[in-house]
Amino acid sequence: MSIEFLVATAIGALTAGGIYLCLRARTFPVVLGLAMLSYAINLFLFAMGRLVVGKPPIYAKGVAVYTDPLPQALVLTAIVISFGMTALALVLALRTFLETGTDQVDGTPDPDLLDRENRT
Amino acid sequence: MSALIAAPVLLPAFAATLSLLFRRRRRWIGAGVSIGATALLLAIDLVLLGQAATGEIGIYALGDWPAPFGIVLVLDRLAAMMLVLTAALALAVSIHATLTSLDRRGWHFHPLFQFQLLGLNGAFLTGDLFNLFVFFEVLLIASYGLLLHGQGARRLTAGVQYVIVNLVGSTLFLIALGLLYGVTGTLNMADMAVRASALPIGDQGLFRAGGLLLTAVFALKAALLPLHLWLPRAYSGTAPAVAALFAIMTKVGAYAIIRTGPLIFAGAAGRYMIPAALGTMILGFAGFLAARHLRVMTAFGLIGSTAILLVAVAVFQERAMAAALYYLPHTTLAAAFLFLVTDLLIRWRGTEGDAIVVTPGYRGQQVLAALFFAGGIALAGLPPLSGFIGKLLILQATLSSSWWPAIWAAILITSLVAVIGFARAGSTLFWKSSGDAPPSPGTSGARALPLKEAAPAGFLLALMVLLTVAAGPVTAYMEAASHQIFDVADYARAVLPPASGVGS
Repeated sequence: MSIEFLVATAIGALTAGGIYLCLRARTFPVVLGLAMLSYAINLFLFAMGRLVVGKPPIYAKGVAVYTDPLPQALVLTAIVISFGMTALALVLALRTFLETGTDQVDGTPDPDLLDRENRT
Repeated sequence: MSALIAAPVLLPAFAATLSLLFRRRRRWIGAGVSIGATALLLAIDLVLLGQAATGEIGIYALGDWPAPFGIVLVLDRLAAMMLVLTAALALAVSIHATLTSLDRRGWHFHPLFQFQLLGLNGAFLTGDLFNLFVFFEVLLIASYGLLLHGQGARRLTAGVQYVIVNLVGSTLFLIALGLLYGVTGTLNMADMAVRASALPIGDQGLFRAGGLLLTAVFALKAALLPLHLWLPRAYSGTAPAVAALFAIMTKVGAYAIIRTGPLIFAGAAGRYMIPAALGTMILGFAGFLAARHLRVMTAFGLIGSTAILLVAVAVFQERAMAAALYYLPHTTLAAAFLFLVTDLLIRWRGTEGDAIVVTPGYRGQQVLAALFFAGGIALAGLPPLSGFIGKLLILQATLSSSWWPAIWAAILITSLVAVIGFARAGSTLFWKSSGDAPPSPGTSGARALPLKEAAPAGFLLALMVLLTVAAGPVTAYMEAASHQIFDVADYARAVLPPASGVGS
């Protein structure tokens, strides 16, 4: 099995999981889905410089094959941004839950919570 | 090569940091720093506009790295026009927010406001696609903060949706960038334009897919048809003054399409964008008619008028683009003006918020009625304001497109719908009155009318009048800007160093 196949499968699985979770009605799975999507993107960007094993990352005279260093720099930037964004989305989701009493993305009242309140 | 080109990015960064220092005590210093910096920014942008008007493309290479390797800031006529528009709008909004004490409802209004400007200016200036992504993120992060400013349950729910939609949008942006980089091996816009024309047949499909995905992300920011759902709730959920600044945010998406469409993708997205924009126009003005709050109404008006702009852009021809460029500042100013008038209505009326219902008379009703009337004329595109000229230019220029009957029908019918919507809302808000006379000045409880709060809105109105009076020079500038946008060879010559050229 080639490394390309493995990486492509990992990106596909992460993207599929991320999209599924993003379509859920509650904020927490959605945030998890966004995190998974950003992992998939990081792998994808990394693979865009082509997968090369055991070669120097910097172009020099006399080197025929080298690893493209730019995607790695892009992935670093993307990791920082997506990490910050996930943290923000999580805090925002928590704050919204505490303030509105529901963690549904569309803001409708939460059926589970209503049931629990009725029972007590 | 002028270092002044970097000033619109650097100045807001310094102003934001400085105003952050004064967020607890002596808050007026923070507000002063913010407003002063915005005024200075407007002055700098006007100087840059003067430079760009000569037709020369200004380049600033960050860290003095030459173009395909380092990031460059590029100043052409289009970028300079967007910078001036942003600074003028920001000046009005920051003064309005300070006069109405909106900036005291939370701690970080002015720093966030300046970071928003930083992101906007950077996005307009950069000549590198990944850098464009970074500036998009900067302006989005700041906009999350501004959107939630003042808080409240409704604003939080709208905020969560806005953040999630934009995070998914950023993800798509990165996928598109990855595809384009994987195919062309560059992220510099000019370099990519040069290499795209020399791609092997096998890679062209991937390149087109990446280009369309990128355009879809920009269409999300510009609220084009299937991707518009986030806008009404986000813009009507936030403070109207913040929404006024956000009027420029949909134009960032439009700007990115205008920049990359002709340059890199040769207008390939046009045939999908025209029907989408026509649908958006109809939907926007249908929502406009159905809205029961002035903020929702203005938000839908913003969607509809941005769609008119995008129809002209999607034709991807020089004359239509010039018409779109003339309409762009007008629609931004008109929507922002209406948001500010909505804020004045909420403050002066005192009851019922911005709901379109009949209330007892109140002081300042006549002033508001006049302002609302002007805003209605502007957004609906009636003479004598600049919207009329913009729509006329767009109608004239789209005649060459095979879609022209649909475009003409959509623009003319939605204009009529807009007039009906404004007439209905205006007569409910200002003509009908539930009988009580407005309190006379001497009686207790009546306070002096804070007329100075209307000054920023008046400033925006004056800009629209200026746009109308100076229509001749402005259209000449826009035609030159449009010519520059389509002159790919000239852009590549200016950005890329002559020696290295295509090869790396």
